[in-house]
Amino acid sequence: MNAPVTGQLTSSLLYLDGVSVSFDGFKAIRNLSLTIEPGEMRAIIGPNGAGKTTMMDIITGKTKPDVGTVMFGGSVDLTRLDEAAIANLGIGRKFQKPTVFDFHTIEDNILLALKSKRTVGKTLFWKTEVPQQRRIDDILGIVKLADKRDRLAGSLSHGQKQWLEIGMLLAQDPKLLLVDEPAAGMTDGETAQTAVLLKEIAQDHSVIVVEHDMGFIRELGVKVTVLHEGSVLAEGPLDQVSANERVVEVYLGR
Amino acid sequence: MITRFLLQNMDRRAGIFLAVVLGLALLVPLSNLLLPVGSFLHVPTSTMSLWGKYLCYALLAISLDLVWGYCGILSLGHGAFFALGGYAMGMYLMRQIGTRGVYGNPILPDFMVFLNWQELPWYWWGFSSFPFAMLMVLAVPGLLAFVFGWFAFRSRVTGVYLSIITQALTYALLLAFFRNDMGFGGNNGLTDFKDIVGFNVQAQGTRAALFAMTCVMLAAGFLIARGIVVSKLGKVVIAIRDAESRTRFLGYRVDRFKLFVFTVSACMAGVAGALYVPQVGIINPSEFAPANSIETVIWVAVGGRGTLVGAALGAVVVNWAKTMFTSGFMAPYWLFALGGLFVVVTLFLPKGIVGTFEALWERRRKPAPTPAAEPAPAE
Ligand SMILES: Nc1ncnc2c1ncn2[C@@H]1O[C@H](COP(=O)(O)OP(=O)(O)OP(=O)(O)O)[C@@H](O)[C@H]1O
Ligand SMILES: [Mg+2]
Repeated sequence: MNAPVTGQLTSSLLYLDGVSVSFDGFKAIRNLSLTIEPGEMRAIIGPNGAGKTTMMDIITGKTKPDVGTVMFGGSVDLTRLDEAAIANLGIGRKFQKPTVFDFHTIEDNILLALKSKRTVGKTLFWKTEVPQQRRIDDILGIVKLADKRDRLAGSLSHGQKQWLEIGMLLAQDPKLLLVDEPAAGMTDGETAQTAVLLKEIAQDHSVIVVEHDMGFIRELGVKVTVLHEGSVLAEGPLDQVSANERVVEVYLGR
Repeated sequence: MITRFLLQNMDRRAGIFLAVVLGLALLVPLSNLLLPVGSFLHVPTSTMSLWGKYLCYALLAISLDLVWGYCGILSLGHGAFFALGGYAMGMYLMRQIGTRGVYGNPILPDFMVFLNWQELPWYWWGFSSFPFAMLMVLAVPGLLAFVFGWFAFRSRVTGVYLSIITQALTYALLLAFFRNDMGFGGNNGLTDFKDIVGFNVQAQGTRAALFAMTCVMLAAGFLIARGIVVSKLGKVVIAIRDAESRTRFLGYRVDRFKLFVFTVSACMAGVAGALYVPQVGIINPSEFAPANSIETVIWVAVGGRGTLVGAALGAVVVNWAKTMFTSGFMAPYWLFALGGLFVVVTLFLPKGIVGTFEALWERRRKPAPTPAAEPAPAE
């Protein structure tokens, strides 16, 4: 399926404007606007229920916005595409609840994510070539799962699943990575390692990271967007937004 | 490429299965035709045909396992594809009767003469040709599955809802085929067959050949299904079974993968039905009965879902038990026994016979690194 092209509208990689969505009358996202530049890494914070995950659902086609513009690469209208088409455009996602294929080995999880033609014919007669196997091995090394490659993904711990999912994202090699709470359920040591890994990834990918762990956000050292009740409350460097009165109010409760 | 596709990652389980099936293909017909009737090793023709029937069911079970065990599509209407394949074969066999029917009409089957029809309906055209009929054995179930799947999978009907509409599909066909004006013989169906490719269907030699053919097709169906499930496409399909939406977010068009396995599976079920009809000598609308499709699900569950070999084994074991049961004084209780079996398997052997057996085997092998003796295959 060809992406509907409506001409170059913006130089941003991702452009959200005036996006709203409601579930049974409850406005989860209201008039949200956000832009991500090519090569940028952005951290998104916000209290529970702020709409962070819902925002990712909108970008990846899981949820259709009621109103608003969602453009990718300056010219592709994401609201008109389905999940698979959006993924094939180069948007990869790690879910808040780590979601891997429990009954496949760790290596097969990476293989399934590996960038390749996703057609029925190509997968039916697939043969993993040497460069592809090397790429899989590399990724398994990066996410430190090489020694467990033949184990079923279902046997991994929560933290290891998070890493496997990051590995799957790497294998997809998307232009934009949406990473929802990568450090949840990790020890401090693992969290620090995850921050290092994400910074590495951000060198040649655009990344949006949602996280509650402020230490982790500080470690990333990137521009922060604060979401609250479905719209942007503040944006800027972490020190600046955490000094913002309204942000403090939202986080400490009114 | 095809051979590589069919033989990739050949494992012991598949090897044993193929050896058994191809062994049966050779030995049973030979024993039936060559050994004297009194011999201990002689297989009577009736037994051979009965087992031929079981093996058709085994192929049907493998086709269901492909969609249910691997893709998570619980079809409660696979009997419909089996029956359609059977009808396609039945129509060919009807056309072979020629003037030997009760009314002696060279073109029209007896039931059409009886209904005072003057000419052959267009959808019967071509069925006097064996190659055409065989094409229809694949094409009719395949096309129905494709069209049905196209709508169902694109609109993301899953789970119980999908199961219910597959059940409705076979029920609708049951009602349709009961009607005389459909042109498929109404509730009597198609029967009184005489010849198949020039040989008398009743003849012992023909029956032996049909048995061997069934074994060969079972082996072929197994190899195709296995080729699919061990390929990367098979991994995608398992991924869909376990985490459908995650698979979508990786960029796979889930509906197309489901459509592919569903259609292949329906064609396979059609072949099973086509082999079944000449061996039992009749096809009638009762083959569309929802209960048949549900029984198929039970065979697969009993044998071991998602193992292919287990599906085939389950079909044979359950149907053999059914024959034993229903030929004795216990006959009225068969459905209770079947239901009980299903409950017992679900509760105590959730992985079915093959799954449980393999788990035991793995556990026994794990502590001792030296491989023990070959496990005796239950079938
Ligand atoms: N599919 C849905 N149906 C109904 N309500 C929903 C749906 N998805 C999200 N919501 C609601 O929208 C609001 C925003 O949810 P969302 O998951 O986006 O929050 P979040 O910022 O990711 O929170 P958390 O930090 O807890 O993950 C919540 O109140 C949630 O209950
Ligand atoms: Mg969330």
